[in-house]
This record gives sequence, C-alpha cells and structure tokens, in this order.
Amino acid sequence: MDLLRFITCGSVDDGKSTLIGRLLYDSDAVSLDVLAALEEQNRTSAAGTVDLALLTDGLRAEREQGITIDVAHKYFTTPRRKFIITDTPGHVQYTRNMVTGASNADLAIVLVDARQGVVEQTRRHTIVSALLGIRRFVLAVNKIDLVGYSEAVFRDIVADYAAVAAQLGIKQLANIPISALHGDNVVRASANLPWYKGPNLLEYLETVSVAPDTTHEAARFQVQYVIRPQSAELPDYRGYAGRIQSGVYRRGQQVVVLPAGIETTLEAIEINQQAVEVAVAPQGVVLRLADDVDVSRGDTIVPADQAPEPTRELEATLCWMEERPLRAGRKLLVQHHAAKTKAVVQSILGKTNIQSFAQEDADEAKLNDIVRVRLKTATPLVADAYGQNRTTGAFILLDEQTGATLAAGLIETTELAYA
Amino acid sequence: MPTLPRLDYLDRLEAEAIHILREVAGQFQRPALLFSGGKDSIALVRLAEKAFRPGKFPFPLVHIDTGHNFPEVLAFRDALAERLGEQLIVRRVEDTIQQRGLREPGGKFPSRNALQTYTLLDTIEEFGFDACIGGARRDEEKARAKERIFSVRDEFGQWDPRRQRPELWNIYNGQIQPGENVRVFPISNWTELDVWNYIQRENIQLPSIYFAHERRCVVLPSGQLLAVTEHLSLDASDELTTRQVRFRTVGDATCTAAVESDASTLEAIIEDILQAKVSERGATRLDDRISETGMEDRKRNGYF
Repeated sequence: MDLLRFITCGSVDDGKSTLIGRLLYDSDAVSLDVLAALEEQNRTSAAGTVDLALLTDGLRAEREQGITIDVAHKYFTTPRRKFIITDTPGHVQYTRNMVTGASNADLAIVLVDARQGVVEQTRRHTIVSALLGIRRFVLAVNKIDLVGYSEAVFRDIVADYAAVAAQLGIKQLANIPISALHGDNVVRASANLPWYKGPNLLEYLETVSVAPDTTHEAARFQVQYVIRPQSAELPDYRGYAGRIQSGVYRRGQQVVVLPAGIETTLEAIEINQQAVEVAVAPQGVVLRLADDVDVSRGDTIVPADQAPEPTRELEATLCWMEERPLRAGRKLLVQHHAAKTKAVVQSILGKTNIQSFAQEDADEAKLNDIVRVRLKTATPLVADAYGQNRTTGAFILLDEQTGATLAAGLIETTELAYA
Repeated sequence: MPTLPRLDYLDRLEAEAIHILREVAGQFQRPALLFSGGKDSIALVRLAEKAFRPGKFPFPLVHIDTGHNFPEVLAFRDALAERLGEQLIVRRVEDTIQQRGLREPGGKFPSRNALQTYTLLDTIEEFGFDACIGGARRDEEKARAKERIFSVRDEFGQWDPRRQRPELWNIYNGQIQPGENVRVFPISNWTELDVWNYIQRENIQLPSIYFAHERRCVVLPSGQLLAVTEHLSLDASDELTTRQVRFRTVGDATCTAAVESDASTLEAIIEDILQAKVSERGATRLDDRISETGMEDRKRNGYF
C-alpha cells in the first residue's frame, strides 16, 4: 500500500481542523472513546453540533481559543491508501509551524472560505507550499453551504485562485467545493452540489499520484555515524551509516568522498548486516569503502560521475522564523542534514511580496518574511539546488548560542561564478 | 543488473526511524533509550539493531521501574538486554519515593505513573543524559499528536508546546544548552497497527502478557478489567472475575487495563486491532481520563 502525506492550509477560521475532523469521522477513523470524549466536551460548550475541530486541536490553549497553534499529525487508512495528515495553523503568527508541515508534504489542500474568497493567507500559504516543493494542490472551497451552494461563487473563486497558481507555476490543481461542517463532498458526494461533476475530496486523495520516487535523481548519501565495533571478530570493520538521500547506489561503483575529493570503490552496501547489490532512497544503509580513507559524520559519498562541486558560497531563499529581524553580517550556524558549519549572511538580495509575488528590495528579514540571501560558510557544503533535489537542497539556520531554529533555507544556486 | 527494491510504507517508516536513531548517535554526547518492556520500545530496540549493528548501541537501555510492573515484563526486559549484550540501567520509583520523601498515591488503584517523572528527571541528571529516545507515537493521544520528533525540554524537563522548534524536512536540530535535554521519538509517525505489522514482519518476540491468557481481574466501574496484583487495595464490594485477556499496551499494572480477547497469535492480534472500535489508550489507560488535557499537563511537567 502506498502513502500520501498532505497538509491542510489556508487562513484562520477557514475550517482546516474541521475538515480533518470530518475526513477522519466520515471514514470511520475515529474511535468510539475519542468520540465519546468529544461529545462530552460539546455538552459543556455552546455549540449545538459536535465540534470536529477538537479532534485535532489537542492543546489546552487551542481549545480555549478555538484556533490551531501547532502542527498536529493524524493518520488514517482507506482500503486504497494510507494517509499522514499534517494540520497546520492558519494564523500569521504561526507561519513557521505551517512551514514545518509543508516541508514534509507531497500535496497541499488549500482551504478558502466561500464567503471570503482568496485572501492574503491563502496566497502566503500557497507560495510557501510551492516554494517548499509541493507540486500537487487541491483548492477546497469550504463553507459552500453558507453561500447557498452557489456554483457562481465557486467559479469566481476558482478563477481567482487559478491566477495565483499560474503565477507560481502550479500545474496540478483540483478544485472541489465542500462543506466540512456538514460533510458535503468530503467523503461522500453531496446532493446539494448537483452542478459539480468531479470527485469528492477523499476520492481525489485516494487516486492522485503520490510523490515520484527519487531513483532517477543524482545519487546522494551523507554519513550520519561511523560504525566501528573494534571487537575480536571485527577488529578492522569501518562502516559509514546513513540514509540514501536520493538516487541509487550499486556495489562496486567508483565513488568520491566529499568535500575532501578522495576517490575509492564502494566495496559493500549493507542493510541490516546483509550485503546487497543495490539500494535506493530513502533506505538506511551502511557503506564500506575499498580504501582506508578518512571519512566522518557530515561527509558525502557519491558516485564519481555524479559528484557536485563543494561550495562555501551560495544563494538561498529563507523563510525567516525569529522575532528578531535578520540583517546582513549576522553569523549563525548552518545545519545541512548531518553537516553543521558556521556561516555569515553576506547580503540580503531581496524579499518576496506575498501579494504580487514580485521580488522587492529589502535590507532585513522580519518574522515570516521570505527573503533571498547570499551565504558564506566556514567549511564547504556538498549541496544541490532545491529545485534539483528536495533533500540536499534544504538546510536550516540555527542560533549559535541558543540553538533555536531561525530559518528554513532552500538553496537556489551554489554556482556563484559571477561573484 | 539487479532490479531496484520497491519500498512499501513499512519500509519507509523503518528507514525514517533508523535515520532518526543515527541522528541521535551523531548529535549527542550521552543519549539513552527509554525501555519499558512494552511493544513500542521493543520495536525501537529492533530498529536500533538495524541502525548500529555490527557495532554496539551508542546508548544504554534505561528502565524507569515503577515497581508496579508485571513480572513477565521484567523477566523479558532482563533476557533481552542479556541477549543483546547491551547495558541496562534500572532506576526505581520506589527509591525516589524514599529519597525524596514523596507521598505514595492513595486510593484503591494507586498508580505511580505521575511519580515516574521524578525518577526519570533524577536519572537524566545522574547520568547527564542529553537525549532520551522513547517509543511514543503521535496516534496515541491528541497532545502527543502535537509533539516534534526532536522535542526540546528545558532544565526542569518541561515541554512547552508554544515554544516548540520548527522541524523542517528530515533535518533534526539537536543543538541544546547545558541542562536542557531532548526527547526523541523515532516512531512518531507509526500507528498502533504499523507497530503490530512490523512486529509480525520482523518476527519480534514479545512478553507473554500481550497474548491471550487467563487472568484474575477486578471489574472497574467503567467496565474495564484490571489485573489483580498486590498493589491494589480491594475490598468486599469489588467484583472479581477470571477472564481470557491480553494486554494491548504494557504499563503500570495499577493503571493499565486488560482487554478481553482470545487472540493468541500475532495474526489474531492484528485482526483484533483492525476490528477494534476503541483506541489503544481509551481501552487501557486509566490516567488519561483525569482531565481533558491529562497527557499535556504531565508532559509539561517532564513526563516522557
């Protein structure tokens, strides 16, 4: 059975948590005891119907305020597919949590309130999702019951959003009218929407193609941990444990250890102590090399004919997540998976306008801003552009002192020949 | 040329968990694996074997023993550590109660679940653990559904859900200040059914109490069945019965209910879980029912 990871996003009060509650409830994924607790809660609240949002809003503060603060993960399975849902917050204040959800998703459901249409948060969440590499989108026009199940309203919103999607180069987009509160067109087709001929939401999620595998991408592997038993039976064993980030590895390949640039042969690939001929992303493996070379955590081992150029300078897009603004000259830490190094933000090249998607001049990044920067690192990174590789093109920025995660980083280019 | 392996969702979940375990090994000085003897931590141990063999585990197994455990589980725990040749550290809630002069919980069903937090935090301090790996899953409970895979706790062991770090892609930030520690949950994205399917696929041995057996139980007002042990203070009004039961989760004997079942094989258990209308915690845990946010409140205080 295959797996689809998706997020729900959109503005606050567009009904994201209710939609997930509805999906779980109508596909019988909610246990009786959880339902009983929900009904108990509703008895003490003013609402007349069961508040399905409470299925995902699990924190005290969320229940108090009726909003989603942090990402919740929910799981359900239908006979056709297994799903991991990430419910992300709509509030601008919690955009960083929305980025958290989007970074691991293959599909985004963008909710729009039929009465409000496309608003700033719709655009912000769409741009963040697209930026983070999500290629499949569903525009769910929610609360369609509150506009009299109007086809005209739906058509207008679809047209508005199509313009947004076109600007961002989104090609795979489904438009579905729903009422999460009443369940129209979520898991069951709705008699209230006779003019709509497409699939209901669950049907669509069950049949949309899942993320393509990465076996066609350049092979990438980073060392996480060196296994050296130093035991009587295995005095000389040295294995490099890590996860294949993309592509395919084959025993006997000529490989190069980066950033040092040492060539050797891939003597063995082991999975669970069994030697295999071939392994693919995202398998966890242990690689053994023919020569005794110096390899440590954070180093990259790639086939010699697919090696990228290690770099200390790169251009990247950042989603800035700290209250304190970022300005040029700031020193911080780059964590590129298992590799960690100091870095300096040399310059801020510009900022994305959420309304127009245009690049604007900027000399700082405020909380939730999307900016383009030039970075210089203390030691070379072995990286790719995010557009080429969603794993090795990604990094995070940390505060040296507190360890706080400051930004999500997406590499635009590592080739700064013009600099 | 050999054909490429095709990975199913269980392979993907396994790869994710192994990756997380290796990140712990790579990023921390003194990690530990919290081992209760339950199915989730037993699955974690199998994943650790896959992550680190033929080497040794880069962490000890640590059991916070409430003193209310089932003897079958303790025997299994010791045998497993022996077979693996790995270090097992046991710290007892009983000792914490003595040392700190804590009050034993009262009532008819005196769970020591809350007291575990003290022993855990003391143990973290004693050994200077900077990362504690646990078998918690997001599908267990709504507060758990909100937790990161690398979950930073302050010097008092507290979780603050509003201040969680963003967790981007599969890049795990383990950078902490002295005194802080990180709780790490490699099987966050697994469901109860995934764990059972994995146990079956990997042919993993479990303590016998997971399989159907006859047991003397007390019937609680909720209808749940609690094993009769020396820790309960029963009286004449309690309804006792002997039933065919198994345990769906293995915790403190004073707060973990049994379920009626005649499932004596993994296949039958998986069928049971597929048919179950009640969630794992709902069926078995007594302590989540104290309040709507029972788990969140305990986690805020340092509970694992």
